[in-house]
Amino acid sequence: MTKEHANWSPYDNNGGTCVAIAGADYCVIAADTRMSTGYSILTRDYSKISKLADKSFMASSGFQADVKALQKVLSSRHLIYQHQHNKQMSCPAMAQLLSNTLYYKRFFPYYAFNVLGGLDSEGKGCVFTYDAVGSYERVGYSAQGSGATLITPFLDNQLKSPSPLLLPAKDAVTPLSEAEAVDLVKTCFSSATERDIYTGDSVEIIILNANGVRRETEQLRKD
Amino acid sequence: MVSSQNESSLLSSEGDSQRTQYPYVTGTSVIGIKYKDGILMAADMGGSYGSTIRYKSVERLKQVGKHSLIGASGEISDFQEILRYLDELILHDNMWDDGNSLGPKEVHNYLTRVMYNRRNKFDPLWNSLILGGVKNGKKYLGSVSMIGVHFEDDHVATGFGNHLALPILREEWREDLTFEEGVKLLEKCMRNLLYRDRSAVNKLQIAKITEEGLTISQPYSLKTFWNFAAFQNPTVGAEGSW
Repeated sequence: MTKEHANWSPYDNNGGTCVAIAGADYCVIAADTRMSTGYSILTRDYSKISKLADKSFMASSGFQADVKALQKVLSSRHLIYQHQHNKQMSCPAMAQLLSNTLYYKRFFPYYAFNVLGGLDSEGKGCVFTYDAVGSYERVGYSAQGSGATLITPFLDNQLKSPSPLLLPAKDAVTPLSEAEAVDLVKTCFSSATERDIYTGDSVEIIILNANGVRRETEQLRKD
Repeated sequence: MVSSQNESSLLSSEGDSQRTQYPYVTGTSVIGIKYKDGILMAADMGGSYGSTIRYKSVERLKQVGKHSLIGASGEISDFQEILRYLDELILHDNMWDDGNSLGPKEVHNYLTRVMYNRRNKFDPLWNSLILGGVKNGKKYLGSVSMIGVHFEDDHVATGFGNHLALPILREEWREDLTFEEGVKLLEKCMRNLLYRDRSAVNKLQIAKITEEGLTISQPYSLKTFWNFAAFQNPTVGAEGSW
């Protein structure tokens, strides 16, 4: 007897690209606002960035229903943390929580490709990059999603990142100024938009620093 | 004589295991737009059974509480079950008797959770839903798919509507459409669907929801044009064909 085969998939890829860059005293987190399915665009104005805590912002691409569910789980866990500890979660703490949450569904994963950006307890920019099942690493910058393969080599070149094999380990946090980093991010997205069909419409950029949070939007090609 | 019956399926106790599904009776596209005073939605009244158009008076646009309107495509029996869930939701909302009532944003969120949770259990409700409404002057229009993908926008469509209607809406939609302009725009899209979607039927309803309330029109048909020159003598370029 042949086994029945599913004629539907519980997953879909709703596309999009996310980038984050860590600076000495700031962090830039950005994502495009296009949501697609197959070769169709569902909407041009959808935010992939979620504020998890005062100093932690997560940008996620992949399967939107899983991304939203993940954002809800983390927000809710953060609220409980605040009730229990009477303070906000630090970015590195949130990073570990995200990893654990993803691995919890190791055998029916959240199809979400995440970049977590924020300020650590010293006020320095920190970026954490993840795969769908929770393996993560603190880095100086990262790109995830459909345009990641186009953006990462460009960032490697422009930010002149030190080799991860060096000893003692050299920090990849960029010495660029905040304005230069934001400009670099805009360049990343306009380039990725040219060649990646799932990236475009507009890019939402969040800049986190000692003074607080700032939000910028830049229009991208809509084709 | 070896029995051709498969004993394993009779003896195995898979119990309640409901897994993969196929849709049986389905509705086709639903389209929705925001306009000056609220939301307009359109859907035809067809219920297809595979390639047969089996039912021609299926109401796919329904009221939900005081402030919302739902339109569904996909499996009709699953839509009927969703209406039962929503009925219970609104009932409990009313029973609180606290002057509060669920708005379209809340109902949309509820539907998203229902669809996503069924998808997690590998037992989806085979529908694409559009939820629209107005509460306290704020217009809301959202969409949910059978696997829980959801978003809101000024114009949404399900199924074929995404390919045939949305491009028209994206080109011609404006923030300040009047009711008449909105209806004309939706009819333009529905006509396009009628020509090109084989599961569309020429009997549709348009629903309007504003702060004041909801009205769903009586069913009516669209005028179509088939008098193209190329249709008059179709074999003129290929003698002998039919």
